[in-house]
Amino acid sequence: MKFRIERIPAPIWMRALIPLASIIVTFMITSILILLAGGNPLEAYYYFLIAPLGDRVSALEVLVKATPLLLTGACAIFAFSAGYWNIGGEGQFLAGAFAATGAGILLQGVPSAIAIPIMILVSFLAGMLWALIPAWLKAKLAVDEVVTTLLFNSIILFIISYTLNNIWRNPLTGWPQSPEISETAHYIKLIARSRLHMGFIVAIVVIVIEWFVLARTSLGLRMRAIGLGKEAARFAGINVNGTLFIAALISGGIAGLAGGGDIAGIHFHLIEAVASGLGYSGIIVAMFAALNPIALIPSALFLGLIDTGAQTVSRALGLPTYLGDAVQATLLLVTLSMFVLLNYRIKRV
Amino acid sequence: MENIFIVGLLAATLRVATPLIFGTLGELFSERSGVLNLGIEGTMFLGAFVGFVGAKTTGSLWLGLGMAILAGVIAGLVMSLLTVRLGVNQHVTGLGLTLLWTAVSLFGFRLIFGEPSVMPSIDTFPTISPFTNVPYLGPIFEQRLLTYIAFALIPIVGWVINRTRFGLSIRAVGENPEAADAAGLNVLWIRTQSQMIAGALMAVAGAFLSEAMLGAMSFGIISGRGWVCIALIIFANWKAVGVLWGSLLFGGFFALQLALQATGLKLPYELLLTLPYIVTILALTIAGRNVSAPSAMLKPYKRE
Repeated sequence: MKFRIERIPAPIWMRALIPLASIIVTFMITSILILLAGGNPLEAYYYFLIAPLGDRVSALEVLVKATPLLLTGACAIFAFSAGYWNIGGEGQFLAGAFAATGAGILLQGVPSAIAIPIMILVSFLAGMLWALIPAWLKAKLAVDEVVTTLLFNSIILFIISYTLNNIWRNPLTGWPQSPEISETAHYIKLIARSRLHMGFIVAIVVIVIEWFVLARTSLGLRMRAIGLGKEAARFAGINVNGTLFIAALISGGIAGLAGGGDIAGIHFHLIEAVASGLGYSGIIVAMFAALNPIALIPSALFLGLIDTGAQTVSRALGLPTYLGDAVQATLLLVTLSMFVLLNYRIKRV
Repeated sequence: MENIFIVGLLAATLRVATPLIFGTLGELFSERSGVLNLGIEGTMFLGAFVGFVGAKTTGSLWLGLGMAILAGVIAGLVMSLLTVRLGVNQHVTGLGLTLLWTAVSLFGFRLIFGEPSVMPSIDTFPTISPFTNVPYLGPIFEQRLLTYIAFALIPIVGWVINRTRFGLSIRAVGENPEAADAAGLNVLWIRTQSQMIAGALMAVAGAFLSEAMLGAMSFGIISGRGWVCIALIIFANWKAVGVLWGSLLFGGFFALQLALQATGLKLPYELLLTLPYIVTILALTIAGRNVSAPSAMLKPYKRE
């Protein structure tokens, strides 16, 4: 008896089931970690997924945690749609946070109506700026963007570290922590007694615009054509390099917004650990959303829930919060595998 | 005084280069077979963690290293299951595995040691010195056995890849998998073997940091060294001998930065640390299309 693997595109209804199936498989795999820790997986997943939604503080915290993920996810989706592998979301996030801190410090006394739009603009431009060189190298000299964007993540971290240790070092405590930004530059709180800020609204607006651009404009059409195949797109008369350049810059700007938002909405000063992987997590939410901007919203909310849930689990059962990171990474890998596996059938020959 | 400074600098260069050599040689096996392994940062972290815990619990540094190698092989198998067997996107899988192994290691560390006020530590591998009492050479070559192994591995890996049947098959599946398949090679299995070797070497790189340099496990133990290896492999133009020059240059640079910092000179150290990355990007740009990246890199192989 012989078997053969055949490639057959899965029906649409099956693709819709991928997220649910991925979540279930992910929880089965990560149960191993919970069992190793001597915990009960079912109990742990109750605290992970259900308990955070039960009280006001935690439920709002899900939205807070989802805010940067919505934007770093939008950054990844925008670039990946055009087949530009921007791994630099982390660095562009940091650039946005860095510039927003600088602007925020200078904006002392400037009224919020002016200060907040400046914060948004500066973060976006800084993210774009940090995406500029890899994008230019890709468009002009065909230098692989994966390695350059990755290395740019390390470079900005060193620059921030230098600034925090020398120029912005807190003179009282000696901690590598910048001065506080102007209170007028703080993002407006959406709900009292919570950390939820207007960055969440900014993120939703960006995502809607991104959806519109990708689905309804000529730029979006060109980007998607390139994403499907560069050679074919070039043959169809599309300016591939120019389009990729624009896509890369906008993608970087969106990640910059995420960084600026975390400064203006959460931290109010710069620390080295401000991004701590949020740029990379953007790739997870983007993939979990199958690069669909609308699906990105539930995807980021779900990862925000996992982030919040990791703390609930930790408090309730004493499991280390790193469980949340492990669940997210596993979810990414399982989702990717599911998309591939769905397209294959094993046939008996 | 200057002599002491230079001797210290050279000794530190060899020490700092060691994990870079192991990691880059690992990545070399992976990339020459056609797979970009961005899981390197996390696999090194896993190696550092498993090596440390293994040494701490068994009391034997070598057993710890063995366990780290085993963990690295498993990491390589997972990478190959996803990217080689299933053909999932290599960038994203690699990054995902880096996140996964880092999270799993930190989870394990908290589970075993809790949140101790004093970090658990182990005695590190002892140094050996072939030139005791010889001026200059004595202190420069007073290194761990693993450092000697790392440098010895460079010609060995070069020989394996360029002169053996196994190496030829790795190069074949990395350059032209269709032709390799037609010639009767098992493309998927050769790439899987390459991933296992790559994972093992990356894990040793991590274990060297925890078991030889630090004697402890810390959150920032790898702090981007895996990404440095990704840069180094380009710098080395995917050749073993290039790994030697590249790791000495990068290692020397990091060692110089540490040595200058110790002298108390006022220099922007953090900014100096960006130089290796900038040089790599420049090398990548100037070399342009001359860099000989394996042709089939990033392309999963599927028999039609």
